[in-house]
Parts: sequence; structure tokens; C-alpha cells
Amino acid sequence: MIKVTDLSHRIGPAPILSDVSLSLPAGKITALIGPNGAGKSTLLSLIARLTPLQHGQITVAGLDVARTPSAALAKVMAILPQNASVHSRLRVRDLVAFGRWPHHQGRPGPEDRAMVAAAITRMGLDALADRFLDALSGGQRQRAHLAMAFAQGTEWLLLDEPLAALDMAHARRLMQELAALRDAGKSVVLVLHEVNYAAAWADHVVAMQNGRIVAEGPPAEVFTPAVLEPLYDMPLRVETYAGRPLVLNHL
Amino acid sequence: MNRPALLLALLLVPLAGASLGVGVASLSGDGLVFWVSRLPRTLAVMLTGAALAVAGVVMQQLVRNRFVEPGTTGTGEAAALGLLTVTLIAPGAALWVKMLAATAAGLLGTAAFLALIRRLPPQEVLLVPIAGLVWSGVLGAMVLHIGWQTDLLQLVGIWLMTGEFSGVIAGRYELLWLAGLAAALAIFAADRFAILGLGDGVARGLGLNPRSVMRLGMVVVALVTALVMATVGMVPFIGLVVPNIVSRVMGDNLRASLPVTALGGAALLLACDILGRLVIHPYEIPVSAVLGVCGSALFLWLLWRAPRHG
Repeated sequence: MIKVTDLSHRIGPAPILSDVSLSLPAGKITALIGPNGAGKSTLLSLIARLTPLQHGQITVAGLDVARTPSAALAKVMAILPQNASVHSRLRVRDLVAFGRWPHHQGRPGPEDRAMVAAAITRMGLDALADRFLDALSGGQRQRAHLAMAFAQGTEWLLLDEPLAALDMAHARRLMQELAALRDAGKSVVLVLHEVNYAAAWADHVVAMQNGRIVAEGPPAEVFTPAVLEPLYDMPLRVETYAGRPLVLNHL
Repeated sequence: MNRPALLLALLLVPLAGASLGVGVASLSGDGLVFWVSRLPRTLAVMLTGAALAVAGVVMQQLVRNRFVEPGTTGTGEAAALGLLTVTLIAPGAALWVKMLAATAAGLLGTAAFLALIRRLPPQEVLLVPIAGLVWSGVLGAMVLHIGWQTDLLQLVGIWLMTGEFSGVIAGRYELLWLAGLAAALAIFAADRFAILGLGDGVARGLGLNPRSVMRLGMVVVALVTALVMATVGMVPFIGLVVPNIVSRVMGDNLRASLPVTALGGAALLLACDILGRLVIHPYEIPVSAVLGVCGSALFLWLLWRAPRHG
């Protein structure tokens, strides 16, 4: 479980998060949704200790994020930062292999190699494994970074807008892979802008606005016009398809 | 050992042989010329080339920009400023004190440069090297001014203008082993620098502290630059050209490519040094002048040639 207590965060004078307290369940897919500037990415990067904590407390699987050594946390959670684009001329295989670095510190064993190969296959990158990153498209590079996060093999996987550069085939495939990871006992937290991906795949949804949590619960409870209309400040309809909410936000 | 490393190592053998054989004096029977001049010179050149090339890669990873090297980001000028200061304040200070002052000043200069470029927009790739040139120009002007005022311009000239190896004899180059050691440290920490090059977020996510990797990198860069500058003078382009060529061919998996970069730096500098000894034989052209010509040609070629993919 990830437990966030009394979290506040400012960038300069601007409050980004105000008194956020929540718990994210283990063994589930949790989606953070909300309009631009709601504080979703800040929350995720605070949980992932990419941004130093100003006020409040966060524990991941019982480990206090502010006190636990970063190297120990790297074995518990993997983070895909937003816009993780690089100018490095690494081969895809080398990048994915760095996902195992927290476990072997430079001396990969057979198990590490197996996990790297599995992560490459999982993201459909076998044909691209020996290509340089700067010879890939944005979406392919995104998949390479996702494969690196998978290779880390952690209990928790935190993904900031993982669908951002993916076409719809790869977006669905990613969600299927995340569901498979969840079924294998892992926990996933992701920031999503496509509400329908959250509606279709998430087990738990956290809706944020202006640095606060405005709704939390299973998709059927959060994806209602009563919650979504004020959240995004737009009128919309919500239908039900195959037992899941379907938001008609584009019409 | 990978194939490029093996090829370069094989290339270094005849180059080193030639360097040991080329010179005005003939190798006498008692081996004096060989042990006092030729061997130290050859070793000094190889150590300098290897260390500067590695320091170039480290600098490029710290800055996440390919077009910088310690010589174009103010590290050399800052180290010269430190060395000049300690020479003025305590002319009789021990060598290690002077080296420490130069390294510390180089460290400060590098840190200031890193703080300076933090404010630049990351997508403007060419602003970083330009800021580096301006920064090193400012520091260089200070060094020149103080040197002029205190009649130490000759010394400054030796440090900053003409890197060359004709003065290297046994007993006057050994500090370069320390530079070599710093480069070896960087090769040992290659993965950390490669991960740092992927961005702070990725580095933190993998449990690395980007700041401590940066500090390690700055120490390596400052140490190598200060020692080379004080021992043989600034040698340009090695830290720029060699890392870029290696990156084009092998990519940036530093664990595999840093040893190649080191060998490449040693080979290129040695070839240029031999060339400088032969062009106007029995006189010499400083290796920095030879490199200035070869290096800029190589660099232009690098800029124009499309990177190899796949």
C-alpha cells in the first residue's frame, strides 16, 4: 500500500498540492485523473522521491520515502517520469538493462538478463532491441522506457502519462500488460489523460483538481457526470459498455 | 574486450614503438635517452590523451551536451587561475599544494559553469557550448590580466596556450599518472555516468543520487584538467573529438565505450605528437598546434556527417 498523509507542496508561492491524504491499494491498477495542473504528476513524483518532500509523509510498502535510502526504494518501486526522452545514443537493449541496475550495481547475472529479455518482449521491442534510441520514434522510445521500468521488476510501478506517445494498438497492449502484472500480484499507479482507458482498465480511480482529491473509488463511482462535469468543467455523458463506464467526452 | 578496443590497442603498439624511436638524438647504448626522455614522453602522451578523452566524456554526461570538453567550459582557465594565485601567494609551496590549488579552482570553475547553464533552455543545444566559451573567455582574461600585472605571462602561456611534450623527461611528468588514475576511476564508474546522462529523474528512479555522481564527475574533470595543464599545458580537441567519434560508432553505453575512448585518445594524441616531431625535423611543432589543425578538421567532418543508426 502507498500511504500519503497531510501532503502539501509549493513551487514558489503557488500551492501545487494542499493537504492531500490518501492510500493507494496494493495489487491494483490505480489511475490518477484530473485536468491539467491538478497536481497529478507532482503527487506521483513526490511518491517516487524524484521531488523532495516539503510537508507531509509518504510511505511505499511501509518504507518512509523521505528516510529510506534511494537505492533500497529502487528495488520496491519503478518510476517512468513524464517526457523521459533522452539524447543519449544508447541501444534499446542497453537502456532496458539499466532497469536491473538497482539489483546488480553493474554485475548483471543470468536472472537479470532474462528479465531484460522478457521486458523487451513484453513491450514488443524485439525487432528494435539493437537500434539506437535516437533512431526511434517518440512512441518507440516511450516503449523502451516502459520496458526499462518493467525490467526493474518492482512491486510498485509508477507511470506518468505512459500513453502519451503511444498509438492505440500499443496503448491497449500496454494496458493489457499492466493488467497481467496486476494479476501477477504487482501494483500499478498511473497518471492518465484518456479517461476511458482509466474507466476500462483501472480498479481504483483518484480524481484531482487544484491540488486536492475530489473523488476516489472504483470507476463506476468516479466516472459519473456528477463527478466529471465539475472536474473538467464541461458537460458530458457517461454510458455503460460491457459493465464499465464509457465517457462520451469527445462529442 | 570488444573489437574496437582490441583494434585500438593493436594500433597503439606500433605508434608507441614509433614514438620511442623518433627523435633528434639517436638512442645511445647506455639507454639514457630512452629511459630519461623517450619512454617518459611516450607514456606522458598516452596518459594525457586517454585522460583528456575520458574527462571529455564525463563532462559531456554532466552537461548532457556533446559539444563541450573541459577546455571549452572554463575548467582549464579556472585551474590556471588557482595555480597562478598559489604561485603568487606562496611561490615556494610544494608541488602537491600547487596541484591541490589548481584542482580546487578547476572544481569551482566547473561547478560555476554547471550552475550557469542550469538556467539555459534545454532544447537550445548550442547555447551550452557558447556559454562555456564565454565563461572560459572571462576566466582566461582574468588569468591573462593577473599574469600581465605580475610578469608571469610566460608561465600562463605555457599552461594555457601551448600544450606540448618536448620538455617531458623522467621526474617531470609523473603527476600524469594521477590523471590516468582519475580516468580509470571514471571508467570504473561508467554505468553511473551513463545513467546520469539519461536525466535526473531516471537516475533517481534507479536509486542513484544524481548530485553525488555529478560531484564525482566534477572531481575527475578538474583533476585531469589541472594535472594536464600544469604538467604539459592545455591540449585542445581530444576531449571533444574522440568521445564524439566513439559515440557515433559505438553509442553511449559507457561501460563498453569508455575504454575505447581512452585508447582512442591515447592513439590520436600519440599520432599527432609523432607528426609534430617529424614535420619540420629536427625541430618540433607543439602537439596542440597539430591537434588544432587535425582536430578542427575532424570535428567539422563529425558535424557534417550524419550519425550512424542501427
